[in-house]
Amino acid sequence: MKKYWKIIYNGIIPSNPVFVLLLGMCATLGTTSSAINGLMMGVATAAVLICSNAVISMLKNVIPDKVRIPAFIVIIATFVTALQLLINAYMPALNASLGIFIPLIVVNCILLGRAEAFASKNGVLASLCDGLGTGIGFTFALTLLGATRELLGTGSLFGFSIYPEDYGMLVFVLAPGAFIALGYLIALVNKLRKNI
Amino acid sequence: MKKLTSTLPNMVLSLGIITAFAGALLGAVYALTEEPIARQAKADRIAAISEVAPPFSNNPDADAATVTLDGADYTVYPAIKDGRLVGAAVMTSSMNGFGGEIDVMAGFDADGTLRDYRVIKHAETPGLGSKMELWFRDPAAARSVVGKNPSKTHFYVTKDKEQHGEIDAITAATISSRAFLESLRHAYDAYREYSLQNDGENLPKAI
Repeated sequence: MKKYWKIIYNGIIPSNPVFVLLLGMCATLGTTSSAINGLMMGVATAAVLICSNAVISMLKNVIPDKVRIPAFIVIIATFVTALQLLINAYMPALNASLGIFIPLIVVNCILLGRAEAFASKNGVLASLCDGLGTGIGFTFALTLLGATRELLGTGSLFGFSIYPEDYGMLVFVLAPGAFIALGYLIALVNKLRKNI
Repeated sequence: MKKLTSTLPNMVLSLGIITAFAGALLGAVYALTEEPIARQAKADRIAAISEVAPPFSNNPDADAATVTLDGADYTVYPAIKDGRLVGAAVMTSSMNGFGGEIDVMAGFDADGTLRDYRVIKHAETPGLGSKMELWFRDPAAARSVVGKNPSKTHFYVTKDKEQHGEIDAITAATISSRAFLESLRHAYDAYREYSLQNDGENLPKAI
């Protein structure tokens, strides 16, 4: 039991996919213009990651080594497409704000990275925990980055106004601000991580 | 169980089975979600139509007609009351936005006055071009398009002197503004065409 907690914890702090491993930067920078977008993207990615990790670890012995990458991609793409259809059908508001980013989960290197580095070598339960931990870590990082950008850029947090929008720095909502905010957050998180 | 070796039959079989399963799963999910997705799209469309079109007693979605202008298709949802055409909602678009396509639902009165609009889909810059949903309806400013008629007002940004533009563009988002106004001009032309064909008022050409 302790082993599984350790795997989950490992994905959240010591090897956080965004702040430590620097994986999946495209989705990280692209979707975090607001806290709620970051949170939703994180949850969507985590859902796919947990499913794909579990299935890949179940099938690891019947996938020959030379075709493992196409097999992994097919499995990941299947879950992403299914998720996209479900969001389209049952969560139209989410679809409006995240629609174009959902298909990009397929090429998010966190998914392939965890499949390759963890799920293809470990048991189903351990892979589930790894997916859960990495997913939580990714969601946490995206929400934090989204909240920072939203607060600095538009003066609100999760849509609630904190200070007037006129004083916001628009650059933080745009792409350059994403890089700046991410850079400072990585520095801050790594500084705090050393002190734990 | 030992890991399968990478021989050709193994690889073909393994990939084939995985893709077959993936296909079957996706087919099932598609069949499950097809109906809710269509229903959702229809509900969104009807909501937008009833917000922008004048009060009607028909079913605009069922009476929709397609008007083709310069090779592009526009869907006109006529608003009919007491057997008379009182206006319409027009699904229009422009491909010249800063981020590509902009889709707008524009509502017209019988005389071609723009009643209201809804931006249905766009990919403009957040904080700049994305303001168009609110910017062009501000009643206090010269930039509002609501209540203006494209046959009397030049639906161009003021910067476009050659076209005698009369609408103030969004600050720092002239390209988005131009595309937005272009979509409204197209919508007016489509409505005018529809009105001519369906015994509505004979509207003047947009200026």
